[in-house]
Amino acid sequence: MEFTDLAFYLERVIPKLNKGLIESLWLIIPAALVGGALGIFMGVLRVFGTKWIKKIADTFVAIIRGVPLTIQLMILYFGLPYLPLVRIYLDPYQAALLGFIFCTGAYQSEYIRGALLSIKQGQIKAGQALGMTKFQIIWSIIIPQAFRKAIPGCGNEIIYLIKYSSLAYIVTHIELTGEAKILVSRTFRPTEIYLIAGCYYLFLVTLATWLLHALERKLYIPGFGKANS
Amino acid sequence: MTTLLSAKNISLTLGNRKILDNVSLDIHAGELKVLIGPSGAGKSTLLQCINYLIPPDEGEIYLEGKKINGQSNAELCRLRQNVGMIFQDFNLFDHLTALDNICLALVKVHKLSKAEAQKRARKELERVGLANRAGLYPAQLSGGQKQRVAIARALAMDPKILLLDEPTSALDPELVGEVMSVIQDLAHGGMPMIMATHQMDFVRSLATEVLFMEHGVIIEKDTPKVLLAEGAKTRTLDFCSKLHIITNSSNEE
Repeated sequence: MEFTDLAFYLERVIPKLNKGLIESLWLIIPAALVGGALGIFMGVLRVFGTKWIKKIADTFVAIIRGVPLTIQLMILYFGLPYLPLVRIYLDPYQAALLGFIFCTGAYQSEYIRGALLSIKQGQIKAGQALGMTKFQIIWSIIIPQAFRKAIPGCGNEIIYLIKYSSLAYIVTHIELTGEAKILVSRTFRPTEIYLIAGCYYLFLVTLATWLLHALERKLYIPGFGKANS
Repeated sequence: MTTLLSAKNISLTLGNRKILDNVSLDIHAGELKVLIGPSGAGKSTLLQCINYLIPPDEGEIYLEGKKINGQSNAELCRLRQNVGMIFQDFNLFDHLTALDNICLALVKVHKLSKAEAQKRARKELERVGLANRAGLYPAQLSGGQKQRVAIARALAMDPKILLLDEPTSALDPELVGEVMSVIQDLAHGGMPMIMATHQMDFVRSLATEVLFMEHGVIIEKDTPKVLLAEGAKTRTLDFCSKLHIITNSSNEE
C-alpha cells in the first residue's frame, strides 16, 4: 500500500468524499430539523393528548423503535411501490430522508416526553389560575422548560442520526459512506479510504457536539441543567 | 354589600373519601375570610374548587351573581382572571425572570403589549418591595421573595378576589414577616381575600370571619373576636391554642 501517495488522496479521494459529505449533510440537517419538530409534536401528544391520540402516537413510536432502521428504509424504498392501495415510488433521497425523519422523530419524542413529565405540576396550576388556556400553558411554560431539560438527550440522538445517515447507501442514495464504498471498489484501497471517511464522521460529530454545548450555554437559565451554578 | 363570589353546597369525593361535604361560603367587598383547620381538613381543596382548578362534584360557584357552569374553557378562564391565587409553594415559572413571571399572563391573557406588561409588572414588583430583583430567576430568589413575586403576579391581573393557600407555611420563620406584611397591606387596602393560614396574630387583627374546617366540613364560623375570645369553648380556640404552644416553644429554641 502506498499511504504516502498524496496526489491519490487530493485528486481522487477527497473530492469524492467531499461530494458525499454534502449529500450526507443534505440528509442530516433536514432530518434533524423536521425530525426534531416531529419529536416535539409527538412528545406533546403522548403526554397531553386524549386517550386515543396517546395510543396512536405510542403505537407509531413503538413501531419505529421496534423495527430495524435498515428494514424500514428497505420498506420505504423497495416495498412501498408494490404495497396495494399505496403504490408510492419514493426516490432514494426521499426514502432515506423520510426514514431518518421517522426514526429520529420517534426517539426524540421519547426524550421530550420524559422532559415534559418532569415539569413541576404546580406551575401548570399556576398558569391555569392566571386564566391561561391549556395551549398557552403548554407552549409558554412547559415546552420552554422541557426543551432545556431535553437538550442533552436530543443532542445525543442527533449524534446517532449523523452516524446512521450512513445507511442511506442501502437504498442507493450515494452519500459519504456510499462514495467511500464506490471509491474502494474502484481503487481496492479500503484501509485509507474508510479511515478517512471515518474521520469525516468524527469531524461531523465533534462539530455537532460543540454546537450543542454552545446551544446549552446560550439557553442556560439558573436552576436548569447544571447543578450548583 | 355586593356578594363578589359565593360557593354553594360544594362537595367533592376522591375515591371513597369525602374531601368536601356540602360547604358554602360567600365573600363580599372588603372582606377577609380565613380558613383554619388541621391538615387534611379540605382547606386547600376548597380554595381550588372555588376557581375550578379542581372541579367540584356537586355545588355551584357564582361570580358576581353569575353562575359558573365549568363547561366552557372561556368561562373558566374568565373566572380565573377575576380570582387570583397564591399557592403554598409559590409555583413561579422556573424558566422566567421575576419580571417575566408577571408579564407572561398579562401578555397572553390580558393581551397587553410587551412594553405595557413590563410597565405593569415593574409597578407590582415595586409594591411588594422587589423592584431591584426584576431580572432574577426563581432559583436566585429566597422563598419569601418568590412568594412576593407570586403575589405581584396575581395582583397584576387585577383580580377582584384573592385566594391564598397557606402562603407562608413553606417559608423559614424569618421569611414569614416579609410576606405577611405584603398581605397585610392588601387587607388594609380592602382586597377581598379568602386565605388558609395559621398566622394567628394576623387572623385576630384583620380577619372579618374565621371558618374552622375539619373533615371537609365548616364546623364553626364567626368573627375572630367570638371564636378566639379568651375562655371561649370553641374548637377553633382549642386548635389555635395548640398551635400557639408549638410556635412559642419553637421560638424559645
